[in-house]
Amino acid sequence: MSVDKNTVRKVARLARIAVPEERLGPLAGELNGILAWIEQLNEVDVDGVEAMTTPVAMTLPMREDVVTDGNIRDQVLANAPRSEDGFFVVPKVVE
Amino acid sequence: MADRKPYVISGRTGDWEVVMGLEVHAQVASNSKLFSGAATAFGNDPNTNVSLVDAAMPGMLPVINKFCVEQAVKTGLGINAKICNWSRFDRKNYFYPDLPQGYQISQFKSPIVGEGAIDVDADEGYTFTVGIERLHLEQDAGKSIHDLDPNATYVDLNRSGVALMEIVSRPDIRSPAEAAAYVKKLRSILIALGTCDGDMEKGNLRADVNVSVCRPGGYDHYKETGSFEKLGTRCEIKNVNSFRFIQMAAEFEARRQVDILEDGGKIDQETRLYNADKDETRSMRSKEDAHDYRYFPDPDLLPLELTGEYVASIRAKLPELPDQKRARFVKDYGLKEYDACVIASDAEKAAYFEAVAKGRDARLAANWVTQDLFGYLNKEGLELSQSPISAEQLGGLICLIADNTISGKIAKDVFQKMIATGDAAAKIVEREGLKQVTDTGAIEKVIDEVIAANPKQVQEIKDQRAAGHEKPKTLGWFVGQIMKASSGKANPAAVNEILTKKLGL
Repeated sequence: MSVDKNTVRKVARLARIAVPEERLGPLAGELNGILAWIEQLNEVDVDGVEAMTTPVAMTLPMREDVVTDGNIRDQVLANAPRSEDGFFVVPKVVE
Repeated sequence: MADRKPYVISGRTGDWEVVMGLEVHAQVASNSKLFSGAATAFGNDPNTNVSLVDAAMPGMLPVINKFCVEQAVKTGLGINAKICNWSRFDRKNYFYPDLPQGYQISQFKSPIVGEGAIDVDADEGYTFTVGIERLHLEQDAGKSIHDLDPNATYVDLNRSGVALMEIVSRPDIRSPAEAAAYVKKLRSILIALGTCDGDMEKGNLRADVNVSVCRPGGYDHYKETGSFEKLGTRCEIKNVNSFRFIQMAAEFEARRQVDILEDGGKIDQETRLYNADKDETRSMRSKEDAHDYRYFPDPDLLPLELTGEYVASIRAKLPELPDQKRARFVKDYGLKEYDACVIASDAEKAAYFEAVAKGRDARLAANWVTQDLFGYLNKEGLELSQSPISAEQLGGLICLIADNTISGKIAKDVFQKMIATGDAAAKIVEREGLKQVTDTGAIEKVIDEVIAANPKQVQEIKDQRAAGHEKPKTLGWFVGQIMKASSGKANPAAVNEILTKKLGL
């Protein structure tokens, strides 16, 4: 598997990361290096080995359905560049 | 039983049919969110039902709500679906301000509930089956408010992270009316199970409606081969939150697609929004990369594993479902299918009916509940919970009819007076002297008077009988006069018997 400049541009856009045009080529090269390195794993024979979904031998912890959190609006909004009347205020989004 | 007929749109170039599949989002009726301990309560001040997990602060970890898992399993069992003993949560990545994580935790590859089926009764009287592809648990997003400021969007995260069950149907729905009937049935099941409150106005139950059109035969081809080749391209109408809008949006969308195809155009697979004020749908997400969700397993969450005993313990506690209730009403109370269906579709109505019917004439109770009471409530736009007549009071009225204290006709007046005064039926009957006269002596007296006062009509009856009429028409007129003379209180059966005798018929 390898990526080209267009794929890098698209992935960057999906992740909302600004990548200048001249960086796309070099980034594609770096990503291809990483992908090639990971692809070495394909050499391992895993026939008959059950897929491991987690390295920890435990089951999903669960909690009871009780309200234990919330009512911390000031903390929630503390880092917001702009807030008003308890709302986050962000640049206009139109659907 | 009526047959299922295809819903046909007549176009310039011939007929078209509709194929629909629905994704219903049902909010789990939990106190706290799917992965955080913040409240789910509706209507609180913005951003107060928000924990640092919901706000996606760095380092916060999700912990799943046990109750939500149980509700998903319960719902799966209620729609006859396979419960998956192993499921997993995935991240669905997309960018939107009301999704602070930048991804929604959902279940993509391995949902908690697999295939099931729901039988739905169409308004036209036939029954059809909608296959269920899956049910999975996922987080709701926050709410964006666009109209507070012309240059900004306001975001409230109170809903963010609330547990939803997404229930995905197969494309087994063949008309806009069937789509509404399907959601109605699903809603009644959810409410009976208690897993979702079904409140559509609050958005706690809403549907994404997938619509495509095809030529007649295209759907049969799909059913036979499983191939979509003769089906049209579908469009998805997002977040429709009333039965009426589901139907209207689907009708509009199908027509829109037919018009495009007949003009030689092609349908783009896209997401659309329904605008109820204008009764139209419009394209919602033009950027195709919005659909590139890059799902991958959420590394913060372990797989969700359920044991057979756990599922069995939930199955053992399942409440009676609408279909079972209906069957019981037919069997135990002798109700007609239609009445049983109307009553059993709603848990509250069913409970009311049973309270009225218990120990009384059940069919009579069903008539009064469905026709008189529901008729009145519908007319006044009232919910059953706002009924001015309690089940016990209506039961009291039915007792008076059953033991011949009052006639059915008088009972209608008493019913109106019960609504107006809130008094018990027996009290009204007593106060207004409405007791039926069964004393034959008193009835005879009235009949004699009426006969003596109307010799012309007596002659008419005799002529009619002589002309060979088994039931002379004028006889009915006499009964009416006698009932009127007795203020409706004479027992109709006694009147008939004595009158017939007196007239020598």
